[in-house]
Amino acid sequence: MSRIAVYRVLVIAAAVLLLELLCYVGVIDRITMQPPHRILRDLALILISGKQNAAILKTLSNASIAFGLALFVGVATAVVLHGYRALRETLDPLFATYYAIPVFAFYPLLIVLLGLGDAPQIGIGFMLGVVAVIVNTLNGLDRVPRVLRKTARIQRLGTIETALTVTLPYAAPYVLTGAKFAVAYSLIGIIGAEFIMSRGGMGYEISFAYNNFDNATMYPLIVLILVVSISINTGLSRWEKLLLARRGQ
Amino acid sequence: MSSAAMKSARNALVLIAGLLAAWQALYWFVGDAALRPPLVTVQYTARLMTTDAFWMHLSETLQAFAVALSIAVAAGLVIGFGLGFHKLSAQVFEPMLVAVYSIPKITLYPILLLAFGLGMPAKIAFGAIHGIIPVALFTLNAVRNIKPILVKTGRVHGLGPFEMIRSILFPAALPEIFTGFRVGFALTLIGTLLGEMFAAQRGLGYLLMTAIGLHNVELIMAVTLLLVVFAATVSAGLLAIDRWLHRHI
Repeated sequence: MSRIAVYRVLVIAAAVLLLELLCYVGVIDRITMQPPHRILRDLALILISGKQNAAILKTLSNASIAFGLALFVGVATAVVLHGYRALRETLDPLFATYYAIPVFAFYPLLIVLLGLGDAPQIGIGFMLGVVAVIVNTLNGLDRVPRVLRKTARIQRLGTIETALTVTLPYAAPYVLTGAKFAVAYSLIGIIGAEFIMSRGGMGYEISFAYNNFDNATMYPLIVLILVVSISINTGLSRWEKLLLARRGQ
Repeated sequence: MSSAAMKSARNALVLIAGLLAAWQALYWFVGDAALRPPLVTVQYTARLMTTDAFWMHLSETLQAFAVALSIAVAAGLVIGFGLGFHKLSAQVFEPMLVAVYSIPKITLYPILLLAFGLGMPAKIAFGAIHGIIPVALFTLNAVRNIKPILVKTGRVHGLGPFEMIRSILFPAALPEIFTGFRVGFALTLIGTLLGEMFAAQRGLGYLLMTAIGLHNVELIMAVTLLLVVFAATVSAGLLAIDRWLHRHI
């Protein structure tokens, strides 16, 4: 392990110890937060007993569907938009201001459109993630060297073939950047929607536990979500670095 | 008006016209259950804006947002400059900041509610945690990318640390810092509104949440319209300043 990684572990350990100490001394009372070791124990109990498995499975599978849709539709849209300059320039202001708009405000509309099942939640996760994928993929496609496009033309590749075999592989690290955002956004969308209105899922369970002062359920579930999102994000970042390193960047 | 400005104004107009047309078409498709057509919504919004209650909610939201944004910018600048100057701490803390940036912060809202109680402080905290990290990360990168010759020049002139920041580092890093501010602005606004949706009894987010609960379609649409118009206008303005700064400095 490098020196910096050691420091990083030390900083995290110190933070956890500090929380433990604050809980022990009573600066943070039990109703506000359980000490970290209790949270970990409760998390293990929840995972072993399996009583939250349905909720965990529902949230994670919905988030994966939203992420998959956002990635697929986002990349496809970006490839099409890249070919139509005028359309792209018209949509540019929308992309630039999109993340300043509270997408959750559209949740009621989606419920009426798609019914009160999983679909509106997936819809919110998708809507949050898709623009990040489009913007980053476009950014990657802009950087494809002219010579590669020319090569594709010389090989008489069609539009779809060019995208699949030449331009998208070149843009892969940028698509990955978009995918990283999409992971975070699809989780935010699904969990936020579950908080607002739903009949299950981790967001629902967390808010249910909150309303019942059930910290033994609430904190472990929150920690689980954080661990899942940070691990996926770190994994994708590693992959992105690997791709860039292979190109000598 | 320059030709570029003409073009972007035309693009914005085409986009707005397109969105209005899509809205009207969606209304014809969905009907009165979930939507109101653009004209009716604008009329309702105009009427809403004459009520005292609306201005009470708006001023509550603006206050919370202003405080949250100030905290996010101040803390973000301190963290960004602090880490930017100290290479080792930047190496240790930057990946942690990126990881925290990617977590779905919406899951943390019950913790903030337990820590701050229902009301203004919780909303402000929720807004601020969304904004701090982008400001810090952009500032950190800006400070790190300042040309060494500028710092050397400052040293040759015998500047103290504060003089150095005020007259060399801050101006040199300004365009990037402004980009961070722009992103932080959007995220803090969303954070504040989300905080109000879950953790408040006043404010536009609360108004929206009650409208969702009562299925008051006019009110949902009016509040959403106002939020979208406000967020889009301000971010378009900030984006214009951002691009100008990047071209001129």
